[in-house]
Amino acid sequence: MIFLNVNGKSYEINVSGDLPLLWVLRDYLKLTGTKYGCGIGECGSCTVHVDGKAERSCRISIGEVRGGKITTIEGLPETHPVKRAWIEEQVVQCGYCQPGVIMQVSALLSESPNPDPEKIISGMDNVICRCGTYPRIKRGIRKAVQLMRKEG
Amino acid sequence: MMNKPISRRSFLKKSLAATGLTLAVSVTPFGYKLLNASDQKEGKLSSFKPSVWFEITPDNVVTISVPNSEMGQGVRTALPMIVADELEADWKQVRIIQAPAADPFKNSVFDSQITVGSASVRGFYEPLRKAGAAGRAMLVMAAAQTWQVPEKECEASMGTVRHKNSGRSLTYGQLCQKAAKLQVPQDPTLKNESEFRYMGKPMPRVDIPEKVAGIAVYGLDINVPDMLYAVIARPTAYGAKPVSYDRKEAEAVNGVRKVVPTPNGIAVCAESLDAAWKGRDTLHVKWGEGSHPGLSSDFIEQHFIEGLDKPGVPALKIGDAKKALGEARKKVEATYFLPFVAHVTMEPMNSTAYVQKDRCDIWVPTQAQTATQLAASKLLELPPEKVHIHTTLLGCGLGRRARADFVIDAVAASKVVGKPVKVVWSREEDMKYDFYRAATCQRIVAGLDSQGRLIGWSHKIACSSILRYLNPAAIKDGIDMYSLGGIVDYPDSHHHNQTVYDIPNFYVEQYLSDLPVPVSPWRSVQNAPNAFVMECFMDEMAHGAGKDPIEFRLPLLKNNMRARRVLETVAEKAGWGKPVPKGKGRGIAQHSCFGTYVAQVAEVSVNEKDGTIKVDRIVAAVDCGPVVNPDPLIAQIEGAVVMGLSTALKEQVEFAYGGVKSANFDDYNIIRMSEIPDIEVHIIKSREKIGGIGEPGVPPTAPAVANAVFNAAGVRLRRLPMTPERVLAAIRQK
Repeated sequence: MIFLNVNGKSYEINVSGDLPLLWVLRDYLKLTGTKYGCGIGECGSCTVHVDGKAERSCRISIGEVRGGKITTIEGLPETHPVKRAWIEEQVVQCGYCQPGVIMQVSALLSESPNPDPEKIISGMDNVICRCGTYPRIKRGIRKAVQLMRKEG
Repeated sequence: MMNKPISRRSFLKKSLAATGLTLAVSVTPFGYKLLNASDQKEGKLSSFKPSVWFEITPDNVVTISVPNSEMGQGVRTALPMIVADELEADWKQVRIIQAPAADPFKNSVFDSQITVGSASVRGFYEPLRKAGAAGRAMLVMAAAQTWQVPEKECEASMGTVRHKNSGRSLTYGQLCQKAAKLQVPQDPTLKNESEFRYMGKPMPRVDIPEKVAGIAVYGLDINVPDMLYAVIARPTAYGAKPVSYDRKEAEAVNGVRKVVPTPNGIAVCAESLDAAWKGRDTLHVKWGEGSHPGLSSDFIEQHFIEGLDKPGVPALKIGDAKKALGEARKKVEATYFLPFVAHVTMEPMNSTAYVQKDRCDIWVPTQAQTATQLAASKLLELPPEKVHIHTTLLGCGLGRRARADFVIDAVAASKVVGKPVKVVWSREEDMKYDFYRAATCQRIVAGLDSQGRLIGWSHKIACSSILRYLNPAAIKDGIDMYSLGGIVDYPDSHHHNQTVYDIPNFYVEQYLSDLPVPVSPWRSVQNAPNAFVMECFMDEMAHGAGKDPIEFRLPLLKNNMRARRVLETVAEKAGWGKPVPKGKGRGIAQHSCFGTYVAQVAEVSVNEKDGTIKVDRIVAAVDCGPVVNPDPLIAQIEGAVVMGLSTALKEQVEFAYGGVKSANFDDYNIIRMSEIPDIEVHIIKSREKIGGIGEPGVPPTAPAVANAVFNAAGVRLRRLPMTPERVLAAIRQK
């Protein structure tokens, strides 16, 4: 039996500890917002927060995150500046990679009280968007920082 | 706007219980007809449904059905905007649903329900405008009859009809049941452009909020009660057949239910994905060596180069190219090669099927509802209408999802196990079992006269045949028009995929490769590879003639105002002709396909020490005729440029031992964020015929970059991708 804390809720599941967090979230907890893209940590679609840090859920087993605080795209508040910026700037196309992108950006934003958008942008080369929304992801990041600054 | 998220529950629930006015369009080979599709319950009209496209119910909701697949292009917003505008509905009362697979939802461009060929808006613009306008006319008539006043005294606006003289008003909800009884006008008066309420103005996409929230449902997110997961063991080489496998051992794995041979391999069905994967590992399939054990990347390149010297079939003959070349003052010759490129949709292929005694349900991120329905119908020997297609959101389409190969294994497996089956592809399977963008090798010899004018052009194309996999019967006299897209098109084609230039004494010959590597349309079909060849060669000829690339092209565009205009617009916006610093260069290219004209200027820096190309800026000018939703249109061009850059600089599928060697993102390179330049998109205000927008942005990018590299470093790169190694090799040979 493994105990997980996801989006503030406690779950106990009867699966082997070596299962990747990604598939436990998707198939057992039915939190399908976290996406499978490559399974080798190369594309970033499966990014979630573990204790506030961006992690590739396809490369981390549930045994390793036992006791940790996991946040998925569903658990990031609707009012979060990144989510709002993504809607305001109409960043998304097919949207499949975006939960991972949003989770990575929000984790990078929380690393500093006064984040530098250009520094965050330069830390985004490990995510892939096949629709080519990169120009708008950049705009979204700048907008999110702006929203954060405005609201303190 | 009420855009109800398409939840898992509503997918499974059989809905469409109608209660108002519904309008349908019946597409026939002779055009289309507006039909009253209002639901009759016990002889009483309960809703206004003057077409299958929309329905108005007494609760004042306008429900609009979208037949096309949403893959990020914004079709779920654009098509309803057209209907709502002409109908004069209030966007706030509009609810949008995904249409099922059914004949009335076929796109007249293809006579199929399919989202390809940049054809959604261009195919439905006119019928949807008419359907909306007919609905508005009927609602006005219903109000006039209610008040017993002339129709011309009544006006529809934002979901309400008002009587101008008395100030009385009724909502569409109040009028819907009366309107449902009226005749549908076949030729309703459309709005003038100045009266458009939504079209031409940016409308936020309706699918974005649920995608940002993480609650949008893609194919991989489908969860049907009691379903099994299946993964497929597939051959490692083309044409390989299983020699042996351990069925019993796999079925002994905890959680594995059954091993089922399917059309594309051997399916391991299990209670969880993990168990299915474990089961597949223990199958220990021994595969035969396949049909082409020597197939490798080098073999393929050599095969296409040799194809240029094999006899081909003449595809186009205008004037006498041979004679003109004989009389030319100067000849320019060049050979280009473009490798196979993978689609790599972010959501790997998947589908879920549930086959029951006399029905089949398929939940699938598909671009091709009709083809999927027919494929399942054939496999199950069920009438097509008993195959119910539930289209989910698509995690990219790019042409890959227009095939049904990833659906039939789920159907075949579900038929055997008697339960819903979800087939999941790994990224590696998605990469290796793709239908790739066709590889091609092309050689052009052209002649210039004493004034540097083009007088003759002889073009040999060795390429894979797309139609061989798509529709072999459409290969006419040995010619595959799909593989010639952007150079030659079918006569009277809907796609307008012929070159924009008037080329005198023009000869095109095609040699179709017989390699076993399957190919299919890949965003813009062969327009992008062919545009690379055409536009790089234009630049080579301009250089050979000692002319500016735009100056060289303009005389060939005398009869093509739209092509001239995008070229001149992009030149002005990009500052064409202004000097560039050393090490930097500027290149131009243009192309027209699917009724839209796009020209692009690329600015690049070439590092002559390490061979890297940095693209600093891309400027695009676009003429697609009337614009429905401008912001997603710009997003489509931005995305197309990014894809164009990725193929220009990064992408190539590698082959070895008779099969595909590339497997995942660690060995198949896709462009990343820091490599993306500023992209400026300029939309030309145009009243020309409406064109498509999903694909036409791709073709000009790679040739614009290659031409800019020549301008910067004086080297011609005639092979994609333009990797640093190839740039360095070209510089050394200079």
